[in-house]
Amino acid sequence: MSPLPQTSSPLRRPARLAVNAGLVIFLALYAAIAFLQPNYLEPGLFMNFLRRAAPLVILACGQLYVILTGGFDLSMGAVATLAVLAASILINGDPETTWAVIGTLYVMGIAVGLMNGLVVAFLKVPSIIATLGAMLTVNGLALAWSGGAARGDLPDNFRNLGWLVWRDVPFVGTLPLAAIVLAGFVALAWWGLNGTVYGKRALAVGDNPRAAELAGTPVAATRILAFVVSAVSAVTAGILIGGFSGVSVNAGEGLELQAIAACVIGGAQLLGGRGSIWSAVFGALSLFALFTLLNLIGLPQALRDSIQGVILIAAVGASLWRTRRRT
Amino acid sequence: MTLRTLLATTVALTFAGQALAQDFNDPAEFKKQREQLSMTPQGPEGQPWAQHLGDGMVDTAKYRKDGQVTLCFSNAGVFNPWRVVGLNNLNAEAELHKDRLKELIVVDAEGKDDKQISDIEALVSGGKCDALIVSPNTTAALTPAVEAACDKLPVIVFDRGVNTSCPVTYIHPVGGYGFGITSGEFIASKLKKGDNVLALRIMPGVDVLETRYSAAKTIFDEAGINVIGSEFTGSDRAKTKSVVEDYINRGEKIDAVWMDAGDTATAALEAFEDAGLPYPVISGEDQQDFLRKWQADKLTAIGPSYPTYQWRTAVIAALDVLDGKQVPGPEWVLPQPAITEDVLADYVDERMPPLHYSLCGCQELPGYPERWGGKK
Amino acid sequence: MTTDIAKNKPAARGLPVAVLLAGLSIGFFVAVALATGEVAQLGGQGIVGLLQRMVALGLVALGQTFVILVGSIDLSVAALISAVAVLASHVMQGDPAMILPAILLCLGLCLAVGLVNGVLVAYGGINPLIATLGTGLIVQGVLAASFGALQGAVAREFQVLAYGGVLGVPYSILLFAVLSLAAAFVLDRTLFGARVYAVGGNPEGARLAGIRTERVTLSAHVVASLFAGASGLYLAARLQSGTPWIGRDGIYDLESIAVTVIGGTILAGGKGGVAGTLAGVLLFASLDAAFNMLGIDAFLKQVLRGAIVVAAVAIHAVRTKGHVA
Repeated sequence: MSPLPQTSSPLRRPARLAVNAGLVIFLALYAAIAFLQPNYLEPGLFMNFLRRAAPLVILACGQLYVILTGGFDLSMGAVATLAVLAASILINGDPETTWAVIGTLYVMGIAVGLMNGLVVAFLKVPSIIATLGAMLTVNGLALAWSGGAARGDLPDNFRNLGWLVWRDVPFVGTLPLAAIVLAGFVALAWWGLNGTVYGKRALAVGDNPRAAELAGTPVAATRILAFVVSAVSAVTAGILIGGFSGVSVNAGEGLELQAIAACVIGGAQLLGGRGSIWSAVFGALSLFALFTLLNLIGLPQALRDSIQGVILIAAVGASLWRTRRRT
Repeated sequence: MTLRTLLATTVALTFAGQALAQDFNDPAEFKKQREQLSMTPQGPEGQPWAQHLGDGMVDTAKYRKDGQVTLCFSNAGVFNPWRVVGLNNLNAEAELHKDRLKELIVVDAEGKDDKQISDIEALVSGGKCDALIVSPNTTAALTPAVEAACDKLPVIVFDRGVNTSCPVTYIHPVGGYGFGITSGEFIASKLKKGDNVLALRIMPGVDVLETRYSAAKTIFDEAGINVIGSEFTGSDRAKTKSVVEDYINRGEKIDAVWMDAGDTATAALEAFEDAGLPYPVISGEDQQDFLRKWQADKLTAIGPSYPTYQWRTAVIAALDVLDGKQVPGPEWVLPQPAITEDVLADYVDERMPPLHYSLCGCQELPGYPERWGGKK
Repeated sequence: MTTDIAKNKPAARGLPVAVLLAGLSIGFFVAVALATGEVAQLGGQGIVGLLQRMVALGLVALGQTFVILVGSIDLSVAALISAVAVLASHVMQGDPAMILPAILLCLGLCLAVGLVNGVLVAYGGINPLIATLGTGLIVQGVLAASFGALQGAVAREFQVLAYGGVLGVPYSILLFAVLSLAAAFVLDRTLFGARVYAVGGNPEGARLAGIRTERVTLSAHVVASLFAGASGLYLAARLQSGTPWIGRDGIYDLESIAVTVIGGTILAGGKGGVAGTLAGVLLFASLDAAFNMLGIDAFLKQVLRGAIVVAAVAIHAVRTKGHVA
């Protein structure tokens, strides 16, 4: 299924490749959007676009960590939903408790990530199954806890994270708080992969875990950390989603597959070994731009799924074709 | 097959689909439901779940059973807050009849037709049920299973129906056309000819929702109001808000918002808030968060309902059937009230969760408000 | 998802897992029936009902087994099931004369989708998760968009498949049994079956041995799609007409993968078989029936199901010597 590993400068080339693919697709799609509706070129609407796309970009960054190590995380959507529902129940309308509750949400996320990581690393359950089980369990817990419907309202200081927009900001006009959260998260994710040794370890584990183990990489710890990062990103995305639109029981539905699709469109390789943070970021922005474009065209909701499927296959096919040309 | 051909074919199919999808337009049913909306209900005053519209009754003497009975309930699922409130109503109503009811067995089909068919077969063959209550997931699919069950024990169906008259009675409020008529007429009365209304809907192809839209559209067309869009949001708050934002950003003037269900109504309103525009005329439903926003921001709004108290009626009917009493039938049509400005204050209750359906008829039931998620 | 290739065991090794799983499932079902006093469930009707719960998921899972054995995966089955159900009811329009054309057309659709999947995966080298996710999305989208024009209902006579039976045994269960035996026979006794295991267990070795690995993978995908079609036809018969959400509501894609893996077929391919998959399907059916009898809350059911899926796989996965992603 996967080609034999390349022996010459394997990591440098593909990373630049990923930037080109994802960025190019994104620019092309955004150009199409701007063509249909020129006011998308204004900083105000671009910021709006970023605000709406922020949850998906953050999720893609988290999913990337897991994909780099060769796995999948299907539980992200459920964790996001849990974050939204748990926030509404725990805060219970009292704005004083918001930051403490946000801390608790992250603790919950880390717990789920740890569980996923431990199950995959030590129980040797394939990540598809492990995270599928986690998705069912976390979803069930979230619904059982909330009794099947949202409880309590989210106070303004919580919702601001996803909702607040500063107007009359010099140079950009409007600046959503979500865009700042997004930038911060991406910066942290980039630093995790490029500024520390973790990035190289993750790629090594994904590419050839046996070789990595023999070279002294702590394989289990690397995998577990990937799942923890993924869960943390799901909690963050959940907070932004809850902020933007309020509490609901289907806040996170289907987001994990979108995150996987985003990473793949951006050039990350499934089953590990290749990818960079820009794969996730530009892949997610491209996917979201695609959704926006289809929205503007007025294409029926149902066909958007089809287009997404075509783009997915085309993106992977294109990057494979490019790899083959180089070999 | 090139991409272009593929796209062309699918677009063609879509338009074909649109043309043929107008089946949910039954003028006779529309007229009947409009009449039912203005009928005076018969039955105990102040208890709409025990009232009925129309005169039909059925005899149930042959089903009479003395002593304690076991009721079985095949539930399509609790996959949305409406059904969650409904199930709470049903369980609480069962508690009111503890002396007569030995056991209430509730089986959940998780929204799967195939599972619900198996569930009904298992309940019937299990032999413990004295009467079977069914809330079908889909009308056609569950018909054979209900027919088979009718042979063995009395069956009461509510919410969605089945394509057979074998159940003892089929309980439902006035219906989708009624919902559309109530909301459509309200909006038409507040708008002028040539004004714009944006329709926000959950998903296509669901009969109970299509009839709502069809009725409202008929009224809008008659009144000369433009339906500038019919968008499907899948009950997703983020999508609802984004859709409305897009319309606003495009410069479209939205005088009214019509929704076929009110669970994302506040999200739609927030989009107007964010854009700094005045609130439109809006028709939502009876959820608490909508009612509270209505009251707080002094909206021009109406809250039609598809009342959750029908879940209470199911238990009442089943026990009456086992008592041999006459029950309204073959269809037990419940009143379908709407929350209007004048009665709004009676229904706003800060203790209840945001997606609590206020026309639940549950204020007097055991466990209120905690069972429904409320705080004391 | 890489495991040490050398650790391959012959297919028969899967049997103990299957037997253990089946035993546990039946044991749990019986225990719950006795505990809740629903002894009638242990009689003929009850057992038939339990087996009936297995048919829809079981048919899909049989096909999924083939695909996972060659080291691939198929996420498009849910959309295909919906498409087949809708197409069957639309072509039939309640007319018994159209039953055969409807079946042929549906199988043709499955063949087409299976070929596309197989070509993308085997010849295009595209990761099967993405390829089948993509085709599934395409099918789902086209289906949902054109559903308005594809209304219909199956013929009453066709519903006999789901509701009729002989000597108290429903035709659907007989069909399922026959197809299971056929699948098991193909995998155990035919050259194709041997090639499936070879390609899944050691693709490079199989290629060096002269096996056309691409063709085997392609065939496996076609088999998976055909089985999904069978499940779709069964559901159309049972539900009287198809809607675009049958497959998605039934979560047939992820559940068929789950039961296959629970039954001992490993995702990397080359090990496992039909017996294990059937045991996995039996586990899910028994859990459904037992949870019904226990009156377990819908949400708690989900929590338990998730935990059981992970536990059931962990029981034999934990013995894997290599690395798992």
